[in-house]
This record gives sequence, C-alpha cells and structure tokens, in this order.
Amino acid sequence: MNYQAPTSLDAAVDILAGAKGDCRILAGGTDLLVRMHSDMAEPDTVLDIKRIDSLRAISQEDGGWRIGAAVSAAEMGENADLVADWPGVVEAANLIGSTQIQGRCTIAGNLCNASPAADSVPALVAAEAKARIAGPDGIRDIPVEDVPEGPGKTSLKPGELVASIFLPSRPERSGDAYLRFIPRTEMDIAVVGCGVSLTLDASGNCVAARVALGAVAPTVIVVPEAAEALVGTSVDEDALTKMAAACSEAAKPIDDKRGTAEYRVHMAGVLARRAAVIAKKRAGGAA
Amino acid sequence: MALDAKMDGKLDFKVVGTRVNRPDGIDKVTGRARFGADMTAPGMLVGKVLRSPHAHAKIKSIDTSAAEALEGVLAVVTRADFPEVELDEGTWDVLDNCMAGEKALYDGHAVAAVAAASESVAKKALKLIKVDYEPLPHVIAVDDAMKADAPALHDGRQVENVPEGMGANVVARYEFGHGDIEAGLGKADKVLERTYKTEATHQGYIEPHACLAQVGSDGQADLWCCTQGQYMVRDTCAAIMGLSQSRLKVTASEIGGGFGGKTTVFIEPVALALSKKSGRPVKMVMSRSEVLRATGPTASSSIDIRLGMTEDGQITAGFAELRYQGGAYPGSPVEFGSMSAFAPYDLENVKTVGWDVVANRPKQAAYRAPGAPMAAFAVESAIDELAKGLGLDPLEVRLKNAAREGTKAAYGVTYPAIGLEATLRTAKDHPHWTAPLGENQGRGVACGFWFNFGGNTCVTLNVTPDGTVNVIEGNPDIGGSRASMSMMAAEELGVPYERVRTVIADTASLGLNDVTDGSRVTFAVGLATIEAARAAKREMCKRAAMVWGIDEEAVVWEDGAARPSGPNAGKHDPMTLADIAAIASNTGGPIAGHSEINAEGAGVSFATHMVDTEVDPESGAVKILRYTVFQDAGKAVHPDYVEGQFQGGAVQGIGWALNEAYIYGEDGVLQNPGFLDYRVPVASDLPMIDTVILEIPNPGHPYGVRGVGETSIVPPLAAIANSVSAAAGVRMTSLPMSPPKVLKAIQTG
Repeated sequence: MNYQAPTSLDAAVDILAGAKGDCRILAGGTDLLVRMHSDMAEPDTVLDIKRIDSLRAISQEDGGWRIGAAVSAAEMGENADLVADWPGVVEAANLIGSTQIQGRCTIAGNLCNASPAADSVPALVAAEAKARIAGPDGIRDIPVEDVPEGPGKTSLKPGELVASIFLPSRPERSGDAYLRFIPRTEMDIAVVGCGVSLTLDASGNCVAARVALGAVAPTVIVVPEAAEALVGTSVDEDALTKMAAACSEAAKPIDDKRGTAEYRVHMAGVLARRAAVIAKKRAGGAA
Repeated sequence: MALDAKMDGKLDFKVVGTRVNRPDGIDKVTGRARFGADMTAPGMLVGKVLRSPHAHAKIKSIDTSAAEALEGVLAVVTRADFPEVELDEGTWDVLDNCMAGEKALYDGHAVAAVAAASESVAKKALKLIKVDYEPLPHVIAVDDAMKADAPALHDGRQVENVPEGMGANVVARYEFGHGDIEAGLGKADKVLERTYKTEATHQGYIEPHACLAQVGSDGQADLWCCTQGQYMVRDTCAAIMGLSQSRLKVTASEIGGGFGGKTTVFIEPVALALSKKSGRPVKMVMSRSEVLRATGPTASSSIDIRLGMTEDGQITAGFAELRYQGGAYPGSPVEFGSMSAFAPYDLENVKTVGWDVVANRPKQAAYRAPGAPMAAFAVESAIDELAKGLGLDPLEVRLKNAAREGTKAAYGVTYPAIGLEATLRTAKDHPHWTAPLGENQGRGVACGFWFNFGGNTCVTLNVTPDGTVNVIEGNPDIGGSRASMSMMAAEELGVPYERVRTVIADTASLGLNDVTDGSRVTFAVGLATIEAARAAKREMCKRAAMVWGIDEEAVVWEDGAARPSGPNAGKHDPMTLADIAAIASNTGGPIAGHSEINAEGAGVSFATHMVDTEVDPESGAVKILRYTVFQDAGKAVHPDYVEGQFQGGAVQGIGWALNEAYIYGEDGVLQNPGFLDYRVPVASDLPMIDTVILEIPNPGHPYGVRGVGETSIVPPLAAIANSVSAAAGVRMTSLPMSPPKVLKAIQTG
C-alpha cells in the first residue's frame, strides 16, 4: 500500500488523477480506517490531505464560511462565530460518533462517505451548503446534495476530491437545527435525521425555510412541501403539524436492522417538528 | 489450638471490608498488563479462520491446495487434521463448534484455518480456500425450531425424556417443583397467563478471544490464552488434541472481561492444530465480528407463565414452561432457568418445565447467571402485573411470598439463612421508593436469585524469607479476586495487605481448579486461601514452639505473631511472621500452607432492583432515570468490587432489556456483528447505579462470604420492564424494549 501526504491541493489532485488502482482520501480516517480494518476497503494508495494548509482552515468568505475538507468537527465546534451563524450544522457535525471521533472526523468526509444516514449532511443540505470540488479540470462548486448519489456512491469524477464546504451568509433572524434519532445517546447511526434552516421577518413570520431528511431514502432528501408549510406562518402548531405530515409523506425508507420503514416514516415527522421548534427559537422567534 | 474455629462472620475484621488499592490497577492504566493478544514468540505465525457464510450447509468438500501453495503459508487445517480420538458428547460438541465437520451449523461457523507469516498473507490464503457447500434450510427462532417439521440440525441427540413426536431440535426436557398447580390456581382470586420473549444477547466483553499456541515435536505444548479457566482449556484441548494433561501447560493472560463467555474454547484447539502442523508458534486473535458471529451469546427464550394470586397478594400457584434455544448444540441454560424461576418465593404449588432447543445460531456460552434473567423476567413481570391488577404494592406482595430460612425452594433445596427479605425491606425503606415521579415516568421493582457455586480449588500460600507472602491460586481474576485473596490471607495472618501478593498459576503449578464461574471464586478460593493461611500459621506456631522449647499446643497465633499461651508456656517475646520467616532455614525449611478442596456451602444470593424510567411517547425511547441495587453479599470482602459487580450486572441487564439483540436476516445471516448495531449501553445512556450492600453471613464460609457476581443481572430485565410498562401505560412482554417496539405498544395499546 502506497501512502501519500502532499502539502498542496494541486499535488493532491495530481496524485489522485495519476493513481493506479484504488486510491482513497484520508482526512480524519474515521470511515476509511474502519473499512480497512474490517476488510471492506483494501486501497492501493491512501492520500492523506491533512498536510494541505488550505484544507485545514475555517475562513470567512462573502459573509459566509468556507470549511476546509480536513477540518475536524471538534474544530468547527471551537469556532464561536461559526457556531453563532450555523449552530445546526455544527451540532450535526458534533453528533458524529463520539467525542474521540469528533476530534478527527470531517464534514467533507461525512459527505463523501455517502451514507444516507450521515449526520452532518441533512444539516448541510438544509443550509444550502456548496461543495467545492477540485480535479484535473480545475475547481467547480456544486450543491452538497449533488455529491452523494446513493449509499457509498458519489458523483465525483476520477481524480476529483472535495476541497471545502461553503456555508452561505445568514440573513438576520435566521436559525438552523439538526436532530437525529438513535436508540442510544451517542456512538450510533441515525435511524432518521432531520435538518431545518429558516429565516423569520421582523414580525416573526417565516420567510424562508428548508427541510432535509436523512436515512429515509438512498440519499438525503429535501422536502419542499415541508418548507412550504412553514413559510408565511409564525411556525405555529398548525404549520408544524402540516410540516411534520409533509416529512412523513416524503420519507421513503426501508426496513433494516436499524429500524422499520413504518417507524422511520413516523419519526421523520416527530424530528422535523422538534427541529423546526429549535430553529425558530434560534432565529429569535416567540416560543 | 483455636485456629480452626469458624468465625461465622462475627470476626472483628481489620482488612476484610476495607477498600484497599487493587493490585492490577497500575498495570491496567499504564498498558503494562498483558492480555491475550499481548504475547509473542520467536518465529510466530498468524492464524486466521475461514467461516461459513451459510446458516446451515452440508460441507461437501474443502480444497486447500491453492492456499497451501501461497508463499508464506505454513499450515492449513480443516476438521480432517484433528486426531481421531474418543470424546465425550460435550467435548465433541466443543470440537465441532471450533471446526465444523460434516455440516456448517450457523453463519460464522469455522470450516478451515491457516497459519501464515503475516496477517495479510493469512487473509489472502483464506480467500484461496474453496469450500463446496450444499445450503440447507435453517431455523433461527426458538418456537420455530421446536416444530416437528423444522429443519433438523442433528440426528439422535434427544435425551430419553423428550416425548415422542417432538421435533428433532428439542433435545432435552427438565421439570422441577412440588404441590398441585391446578388446585393452587383454583384457590386464586385472579389468574394471569402470559407469554414472554427475550432475544439472544452477547456477554460483550471488551477483549476478543486471543491465544498463542506452541506444540513441540517432543509432544510438549504450551498455550497462553485469555480465559476464565486455564484448567478447563487444558482438559478440553488435551482431549481434543490427544495429549496428556500434564504435557499441555496453559497460562491464563489478564482478562478483559468474560462474564461466562470465556468458560469454553473457540480458537485454542485450532491454534494448537496449526502449531502442530506448522511446527511454529501460532497466535490467533479474533475480530469483533468473529466474536459476535462465532462465540457464545446466551439463549433466546420464549416462556409461558400461569400465576394465581389471592386478593391479599398470596401466590397460590406458579407454573412456567420455558423454551430456550442455545444455538447449534445441546446445552442451553434452560435447566438453570427452570430451577431459578420461582426461587425467591415460598410457594405451596410450583412447577417449571424446561425445553432445551437447538437452532442455527452460534453455540451459546454461559452468560452471568446463565438462564436465570429470562426466567426472572417472566415470573417477576407476571407478579408485578397481578399485584398491580389487584391494587397491591408490588414490594409488599413480594415480602408476603418471600422465601426465608427453612423455605423449600421450587428446585428442591431447603434454604439456610438467606437475605431476600432483607433486600425487600431495605428497598421499601429507601428514599428511592417514595421519590416523586413526573409525567411519562414509571418505577419498577423485581427480585433475583443465583445459586452460587463452590467446586474444585487449590491454593498454595508461601511465606518468603523476608517475611512477606505469596498466595498462588488457579482462577483468572475477573472481578477482583487477587485483591480479595490477598485481603483474606492478610486478615488471617495478621499482616498488612501490602505484604501479600496473589498470583494466578499456570496449569502445571497447582492441582485442578474449576473455571471462574458461578460466582465461586471469592467464596471457594477464599475458603482455600483461609485454610492455606491457617496451615501456614500452624507451621509457624510449630517453629516458634521449637525455638522456645515448648509444646506446639502452648502457642497461639494472634495479631500477626506466634505467642505463648496457657499456664505452662512460660514467658517468651512474640515471634512475628517476619521473625519466623527469617530463621525458617534453621527450623525445618521454607514455610508454606496449602489447601486442596472441593468447596461446598456456597450460600445463595438474592437481590431486589428498583428502577425509574421515562418513556418518550412520540418515539418510544426509554431513558433510565434512577437505578438502585439492593443485594446480599454475605460479607463484602472489598466493597468497591462488590459495588462494581452490582453495577455491572445492572448495566448488562439494561442493555439486554432495552437494545441488545442478535438480528438475523431471512437468510439466517447475523446482521449486526459489531458494536455499532449490537447496542450495549454506553456511559451516557446510564445514570449512576446506586448500590446498597447487605451482609447476611453465609454459614458455609468462615467470614460469611457469598458470591455476588451473577445475581445482579437477574432482576434488571423484569425491573425495567415493570418500570417501562408503568411509564408507557402498556405491559411490555417482549425484549428488547427497543424504541420501535415500545412505540408500537403505545400506539396499539
């Protein structure tokens, strides 16, 4: 096995594009090493991106935030300004695994692992985050929801890697939240996850909303009907009930060892309602 | 001489009952402790096992030629490589479980193994082994496996008392009890009939099985392994390999948890076979997935209860029919379940019938109070439901029916002094019992019982020339036994705890010691340690008598020294252990005491658990809010360890009750062979587990000690079910009470 740890993004792209056999990106390694341990991955090349300075940085850009692909969830949690703008995204990243895992894992890795149950992805999708992709043909930015195509599959082309995630600027009176359901309290995989991001006007009415569900379809799904149920309301009981119903309606889960389809459909609504209440409160809305 | 007087728990203890530092603490926090996988040998190979992907399949042929031809592979073994020796049925089952013969009986069953120069070569070699399987129909659930037309795992394994017409997978029947059930039920004001189900759960020890085997061309063999009983490993492996027991020396490593699951062998005979064939030392370390697929979980169960109660809470009759599947071989713990089900109660009419069933799952291994938690789940749930249905206090009902000294237990014995009533009264007086509960919260109680074992035990106690002491015992320390033995030896000898070091011997250094199981060690090894210390004291008194020129009978041992005693002893300065040790060479040679016993008199142990839960009515999620364990320890030698045993059993019970389960697909393949989806509780799932130690001395031990390790896992399943049922407003009769199951119960009422 060949291990490479370049110090520039260009060098990383060159290695990735020129690698023979199976080349895997190593950031936190919290998915890759587990796969290698359990014989689910036997890469010919491991490409470590942690020595690329730009990929290790959190920086402000156009009023939003650019988060390098090798930034850990814990580092996001330590950035108070980022937490103030995007508490839901940061809390989602800091639900991954356990405290130890959060010291290593990255949201770009979480996205590229392409698990439908990835904790940070519904929050990123609700946030309208963009993934910056570097490859032999240069740089391109795409919505994060366009990266995973199905369990374990991404839309990245040969030689491409996610270099950073961009979270857009926040209007006044905005809030986001992420909730997931697991049978335990930590170290578990979401049975259902839900990210909600919304913006209120001065009178407390919802002017924009985005709701995303995890673990209820092969990829994280956006539920426009759920957002529509909130927009134009004060996110009151009636709106929340309609939104929850829209989420349950949109959920198309399977039965598996982590939960039944029936249970997931039910929980999609329960979690969406609870997440929306938190997002509303964070946006400064009345209880 | 007053040395042999039984103290019956009345001794004014100086060391026993204190919280001294554990002897293995520094080693374990610094990483110096050597566990199963920490041993290496020059020229060592890596052994790996190929496992069946089928739940049930005929093995038509195995072609190992390509694997053998791979560079770096030094041996490949299949069942054909094990010697043809006569084995008793139980040992044959162990061999067949370690390496399948004609059939693979479960997903994960070993079918071949390789020894190679490196792990990567070994893994490559496994992929080159071609097994021609003929898949057969399989059966997983106990009630399905019992059906007459269920796929049969074995032929001719039914014992004689199984009625004709039962399916081939029903291999044994047990019955216990006395009185007349129908007459008893006739006297009841209310009769409850219910069926309860539990899933298979794994012991969940952190350390996977690991060993290092070396078989010499001279027929001498050494084995280092992680086990609860090196003598069991020796005897089983020697039989399977056709070695004499004295030729195979087994050394137990430190152990990262066992809970009963390390009371048998899985890889040790395979490592010996690979070493024999390759002529090199072979190390094997299981992965977590292998541990879950191929080592023993406990049985899953299906239990019918009929219970009658009068309006004032008198139980008039109790009947239980218990069906346990113990995996692919006979030996589920249904006999213990049938014996223990009603053990806490004084019943006129009681009967249990147990059925041992085989199914296409890994061979079950002992798990902490094997068989008892499921039985208690059924009985204690039924008592709770009847009591509440009659408007009675569930603690009062249990007190009214509690077994006491002189009660004839359902399994036949008549109890000496026991502590059940004390645990119930203490629970009733505890602030937990009357603490207020909030919305969606409930409180449950349940009782539990375990027999406790004695058994074959050897201890040697050596007094060193510098006046310190080594205790040598033969039971791996899984719960603080080295500290406890050192404490009992220090107590007996009158020396400080710090002057005693207890070590665990290999199989060549002591006589037979039974496995560390049945909560036997603190009791039985403690008994032998005390006897060995008393023998050493007798010898030291003799030496002092020799120095003083007086009769041995005129010397007593008090406060760590030999002292003249009696009218004709004369005046002599006391001789301490160190004084006598220093001149031992001149008074007859080294000083030691030893004891070889088959210990009897292990006192039974009872517990009452109390737990508060909160149920989220929208998700069905259960949160454990508060938990208190009340248990009789006889005498708590080291209270920290005793509390740890109480807490550990409660926590394993919480896992079993709420989320742990073996999940199988339609294909009979285990779907959750990892700690991600086999959900043991994590620290954040748990409140502090409060403990109350009660000390009702065991008349069978000089200090009153009872085993404490297992009883603590018996009440939790029912206590939590009773609590969740109260919180959710619906009776839960099936484990695990996972969120989807609880939600469904709430929704359907």
